[in-house]
Amino acid sequence: MFTDFFYTLRREDVKVTITEWLTLMQALKLGLAQDSLTGFYYLARSVLIKSESRYDAFDRAFLKFFAGVETPPQVTDEVLKWLENSLPPLKMDPSQKNPLMDWDLDELRKQLADRLEKQDGEHHGGSKWIGTGGRSPFGHSGYHPAGVRIGGQSVNKSAVKVAAERAFRDFRTDETLSTRQFELALRRLRLLSTTVEGEKDTLDLDATIDAIGRNAGRLELIWARSRKNRVKLLVLMDSGGSMDPYQRLCGRLFNAANKSTHFRDLQFYYFHNCMYEVLYNDPMCQRRNAVDTFELLRRYGSDYRLIIVGDASMGPGELLRPYGSLDWWAENEEPGINWMRRLAVHFEYSAWLNPIPRAHWNMVEGAYTIGVLQQVFPMFDLTLDGLNESIKALISKKSAKKV
Amino acid sequence: MEQHNSYQGSAKYIASLELLNAVNVSVALNRPLLIKGEPGTGKTMLAQSIAENLNKRLIIWNIKSTTKAQDGLYVYDTVQRLYDSQFGEGDVRDIGHYIKLGKMGDAFVSDERVVLLIDEIDKADIEFPNDLLWELDQMEFNIFETGETICARHRPIVVITSNAEKELPDAFLRRCIFHYIAFPGEEAMRQIIRVHHPDLEQKLIDSAILAFYKIRELPGLQKRPSTSELLDWVQALSIGGMDPEKIIKELPLPGVLLKKDQDMNLMKHRFGTVDDLPGKRNIPGFRRV
Repeated sequence: MFTDFFYTLRREDVKVTITEWLTLMQALKLGLAQDSLTGFYYLARSVLIKSESRYDAFDRAFLKFFAGVETPPQVTDEVLKWLENSLPPLKMDPSQKNPLMDWDLDELRKQLADRLEKQDGEHHGGSKWIGTGGRSPFGHSGYHPAGVRIGGQSVNKSAVKVAAERAFRDFRTDETLSTRQFELALRRLRLLSTTVEGEKDTLDLDATIDAIGRNAGRLELIWARSRKNRVKLLVLMDSGGSMDPYQRLCGRLFNAANKSTHFRDLQFYYFHNCMYEVLYNDPMCQRRNAVDTFELLRRYGSDYRLIIVGDASMGPGELLRPYGSLDWWAENEEPGINWMRRLAVHFEYSAWLNPIPRAHWNMVEGAYTIGVLQQVFPMFDLTLDGLNESIKALISKKSAKKV
Repeated sequence: MEQHNSYQGSAKYIASLELLNAVNVSVALNRPLLIKGEPGTGKTMLAQSIAENLNKRLIIWNIKSTTKAQDGLYVYDTVQRLYDSQFGEGDVRDIGHYIKLGKMGDAFVSDERVVLLIDEIDKADIEFPNDLLWELDQMEFNIFETGETICARHRPIVVITSNAEKELPDAFLRRCIFHYIAFPGEEAMRQIIRVHHPDLEQKLIDSAILAFYKIRELPGLQKRPSTSELLDWVQALSIGGMDPEKIIKELPLPGVLLKKDQDMNLMKHRFGTVDDLPGKRNIPGFRRV
């Protein structure tokens, strides 16, 4: 039964490992679940789940697996009426809790059905019949380690109930992000090297030994520079009209990238819907602030990491036809797709971040161009998961080149 | 779990049932407890409270961006030894003189079980937690220079806090018991204030809490005020002799809660109550219509 729970968790994308599972088993043996489903819920969560962003997935899995425990099948209105005149809730002394671990849902249901048949009236405070405030497994406001609650308010809050609240929904990582989360993700984008200038603050052991040797044993310490990040980043942002709904989100990404001081170089450029022979220095995409795209390719070597932020949604003509640009002054003899390919070839590492959730990519208006551009750039959605994936693509070549 | 050495919370620290559970699980399983949560939710206080409640000594290892795993185990003062050898001071032949145990080393050699707090582990380099895997698992380490093995006489209770500035490695996480301190709700908050300021008027506390959550729930705040800021605010309100009725309406002394200009502007914009220019009303010719 519990092994199934393990697989339910894995199916909900909770990456539980065997080690953690065994730890949980050991904890159960030590009685740390306090013989209640609630105890088990908290125990399992603290042992198996290692990030608040996974709490929600855990809640979902828990709900799925233990859902039946709360709602029994055949409860008539009459039974509910017995429960209306209730005793005050029973608060249990933990030591009195029944150390009964071998509860079984089917067994419990059978007993309930059995008792429904025999019982003929109200019954409160006892430990067998359906009623309130007692220790019978059936009824409400009472306590039984694996009880079936029928109506009423949960007092000794049942685990399934807690899971059902899904209070940690906000922390799911496939939700879109805050500036700080962006910063954290971007921080992972780093490659270290020793070649750049900076404080000489680490002891160079080899050089020190060498120097001491040459000094005939008199002490001399040689310091070297510590390693610095050498990632250079080029960000191209779509500022077309279709991006308006995502302005806040993209603004946060912009802020986060700007705040990260750990990049060796960070450059922002803008484009309107699709890229052609010029790109722009400001989001207004005005002609006088334009930069020749070829010039840009010359200026930024292939070691720059390219991140493109855009919804990749445009009219197919804008992308595929010569003179397809929406801007009336544009002279683009080449279709946008050629420029895109040129960028993708020039920069060894590139990623496209799309604010449209991945699940919608083949349903939205721009589905066609999204599909075409996915052939050119590895594309990710702008969520924490997507961003992390894209950063992997920007660090290692293996995941970068899909084409 | 009715052992008398289980953690029950302490007078100065309100711990939720889940948190108590997590602490006791980690103590019983001898696993490090990893605590995450918003700044100001009392992660560091927890270790103090555990130490107090279980009557154990607390050793705090504060992690900084430059901290290395080795620093916590021991430091071999090579330079001192070399200097000593040049000037003929000290007992240079005994390497042991130049080995100083770090915080973790201290916790291992202690005569009784201690609580070891590794504070803000995410401040250090990304590889830092990985370098401690073996030591936290086996609770022992080797002093390379002397060939001595330091083995924990009593496995310390290890509490690790993190602000989620960096992702921690999976291998490290697997070995921990994890708990996320959720932001306390109004009821819990009332208790927390009671514990810290026992003689405040109930009315003042009630309206302060109401106002606090109103501000906290503002969408778009850059830094949401936390428990510790509320505690300061309540104290400031009571010293200033604020009328509880006015607190919700006027939101006085917002500087205690909000630390960023943008947040302050946002609040002004939203509630339009902050009287940042009290003199304005007295300007001649300025009249409210």
